[in-house]
Amino acid sequence: MCQSKFPNPDLPEEKSGSSHSDARRTFLKQSSLLTALALAPSAALKAAELKYEEKVAAVFEQVKVTLGINGKKQKLSVEPRTTLLDLLREQLHLTGTKKGCDYGQCGACTVHVDGQRVLSCLTLAAMADGKEVTTIEGLADGEKLHPMQEAFIKHDGFQCGYCTPGQIMSAVACIREGHADSEDEIREYMSGNICRCGAYPNIVNAIKEVKNGGQRV
Amino acid sequence: MDRVDSRQKVTGAAKYSAEYELPNMAHGILVGSTIAKGSIKSIDTKRAENAPGVLAVLHYQNSPKVPGYAQEAHPTEPKPAGKPLQVFIDNQIHFNDQPIAIVVADTLERAVYAARLVKVQYNVDEHATDFDKNVPKAFLPTAAKRNPKHGLNDYTRGKEDAYKNEALKIESEYVIPTEFHNPMELQSIIAHWEAADKLTVYDKTQAVIGTQNAFAKDWKIPVENVKVIATFVGGAFGNGLHTWPHETAAIIAAKKVNRPVKLMLTREQMFTMVGYRPHAWQKVGMSATKDGKITAITHEAIGQTSTYEEFTESTLQQTRMMYTSPNVTTRYRILPLDVSTPIWMRGPGEATGAFALESAMDEMAYVLGIDPLEFRLINHTDKDPEKNLPWSTKYLKEAMQMGAEQIGWSKRQLKPGQVKNGEWLVGYGMGVGTFGANRGRAKVKATLHKDGTLVMQSATTDIGPGTGTAMVQIAAQNLGLPPEKIVFELGSSLYPPSPSQGGSATVATVGSAVHAVCQTLKQRIAGMVAGNADTSFKGATVENLTFKDGYVSVTASPSARLSFADVLKQQNLPELEVTEESSPDASLRSKYSMYSFSVHFAEVQVHPLTGQVRVTNMVACADAGTIINAKTAGNQMIGGAVGGLGMALTEGGVIDHRFGRYVTKDFAEYHVPVHADAPNISAAFVNKPDLINNPNGTKGIGEIAIIGVAPAIANAIFNATGKRIRELPITPDKLMMV
Repeated sequence: MCQSKFPNPDLPEEKSGSSHSDARRTFLKQSSLLTALALAPSAALKAAELKYEEKVAAVFEQVKVTLGINGKKQKLSVEPRTTLLDLLREQLHLTGTKKGCDYGQCGACTVHVDGQRVLSCLTLAAMADGKEVTTIEGLADGEKLHPMQEAFIKHDGFQCGYCTPGQIMSAVACIREGHADSEDEIREYMSGNICRCGAYPNIVNAIKEVKNGGQRV
Repeated sequence: MDRVDSRQKVTGAAKYSAEYELPNMAHGILVGSTIAKGSIKSIDTKRAENAPGVLAVLHYQNSPKVPGYAQEAHPTEPKPAGKPLQVFIDNQIHFNDQPIAIVVADTLERAVYAARLVKVQYNVDEHATDFDKNVPKAFLPTAAKRNPKHGLNDYTRGKEDAYKNEALKIESEYVIPTEFHNPMELQSIIAHWEAADKLTVYDKTQAVIGTQNAFAKDWKIPVENVKVIATFVGGAFGNGLHTWPHETAAIIAAKKVNRPVKLMLTREQMFTMVGYRPHAWQKVGMSATKDGKITAITHEAIGQTSTYEEFTESTLQQTRMMYTSPNVTTRYRILPLDVSTPIWMRGPGEATGAFALESAMDEMAYVLGIDPLEFRLINHTDKDPEKNLPWSTKYLKEAMQMGAEQIGWSKRQLKPGQVKNGEWLVGYGMGVGTFGANRGRAKVKATLHKDGTLVMQSATTDIGPGTGTAMVQIAAQNLGLPPEKIVFELGSSLYPPSPSQGGSATVATVGSAVHAVCQTLKQRIAGMVAGNADTSFKGATVENLTFKDGYVSVTASPSARLSFADVLKQQNLPELEVTEESSPDASLRSKYSMYSFSVHFAEVQVHPLTGQVRVTNMVACADAGTIINAKTAGNQMIGGAVGGLGMALTEGGVIDHRFGRYVTKDFAEYHVPVHADAPNISAAFVNKPDLINNPNGTKGIGEIAIIGVAPAIANAIFNATGKRIRELPITPDKLMMV
């Protein structure tokens, strides 16, 4: 077992993204329990019954990661199978990033990782270790909205609002990538973000305005 | 005006149903059946139960009982024509992916993993999911059989099937596949028993009060003990009009584990557990005179339903009232299959029916050699030929004229295949839509605070059209208060009752109640200033006062003015609260026929070698009464056009009949329109009030935005290519095979 997978004793508890925030506290207790298990194989028979498997999992199935989230460094302990999307929504309560399909088909979960647009549902949280993640909550400059957010409001680039964070994150990246030079190009490079309410023409107008306005995005 | 909740929506602050943080919350994942018909032979949950973090695995053998489920109709009452699926009550399987168990764990990942460990064995029965093979089993809905006056009965005006004996006629069959709402937000619920008899749900629903009543009945607890929160709803298009099995499954689970349980359906489950627009077969026969007068229409439809519930919709309504034809026959049947029950999807029934009727109109016009716009104008009706009543308002001709100009209808050639753009064939088409200008009963509470701000509350929802924004604007106009001083709160059962957000009725219904509270507030303010020490207000009534910018003044001498805040201060009132209910006037509804109307124009380009279709321009025009907010209303029309584009070109559910299971189960196989599919779309409104319908003069937009879009595109494709495709979606393979 790789040492780095153990919970970090230096990690302040309130920063832990895991819902098993008591993992560190119980670690010593459980490791002695594991020793006992190893020494007395017959005890393993009872393991399932006593939910030892669960306790073992809680200790070992955690990966230590350090993420920059919206400019703030966070040291977290996550399960290897946890997606960046579920880490954001379920553990960090940053619910602005939306789950629309979990297959990378709808774009509602789009965030920026090191400045690139990324589908957070197809990204394991562990893969984002050491990277900078920007979500919709981190796009505005305090109370001052990002120009793309302003443009979406002005052009009514949404109805229900559920795909909106993903559309906006994608739209910002679309301009940064240099893929917003014409309406057709915007449509092509925004096609990974589905809007079932069908506000597409308004979204295209919003992106065009920001692009033509020349503001820094 | 921008949406009142736009800042929340662009910053991620808007909270949808799965996004509330509750202490000690557990996660539920549903296990679905893998057969379409039969029964569960055995269910092995041991491995799932022993998986890390699992709190419970519930199914028909061990689920807590829902007390309301046991309640059967009194023996003397007629047997109901089916009932909604009840979860975990027995081992019977009615459709593929029917929820048969819920796994609850302390984290989402653990619940997802453990759900895969549930092993089920089945006794498999032969299923029937193939519409075409089972058509002979279609029948008249029970509701129509029991009541000869029911609107779903066969209908004849004039002579039955009169088109058959006419010389100039068409007869065509049309098919639409099953289509899925697929709002971007997955159907989600957080169920929280705050006490043994006190339930709170954060639920994705269009019906706050309907959901509250349903759960109170299910759990046999007082209605006021059920709290329903639906502040933001991430789209629904109809699938939030029903309470679904997954909601009850989450509530059962929360009861069992005694913790709040969050359940979010997967995208696959959105195809099987929350309804859909049913597969439908239709046939239209139509005849006309040489100079374009329709002499007869016969329109028949068969719509799919489930084996356990009779789902019906008004597929044939538009045919009965849209054109002057003296002879009209309609026949409607439903076909039960081993599938889940459908639910109304945007423009329910009418969108399906309009595809057939408006395609047939185009076919008939082509046979006659008359421009299809001209053909519709020739058969325009100035009164409702079905009810034999005048329209409350109808400005469809104006809408047609606006749209024809904007799309450049004059470029259209009567003969198909004449207009080209390089290799591409260019075509123009149109389709008309209509939907009842419905209005229900709603209550709004308004509180004018001493700082001059107004807070209104009603238990309606906003699935995207901008309900709160429209209500704030109505109040601003009626009370004379700047909109930034007004707040409209919705989406909670703690607020005064309002019907579900459905049937394009919200602005007419809730807006009328907002109008009413504003009138009452003005009267109360008038009463206060009339008795004021300031004698210039002496004898003031609402009629001789002006309410503007948060001030009340005497119209004849405007220098005498007081802010609303000062009026309250003078009365020593911390606030002024009024609640008003508003209902439609039944006597007017018996004197007038009330409908919204739309007309859609499409310009398409079709590649003759590949059959690829590009919609290059669309114009959506509506007679929807007064437009409260041109920006949000226009957006709704545009969105409906995009939805109709999906209906016409990309969307269709496909079942593998060997297993009775959908192979279209996510966005990779079920194609909803994306940015690249959607052209520039303009929306235009006649914007003339219908004051017979309601005091704000509004008529609904939601449904007419999509009704008539699919035929407009199909007709444009015909105009481009000469190929008439009568089965949606019009994919390149269909165009190449003709």
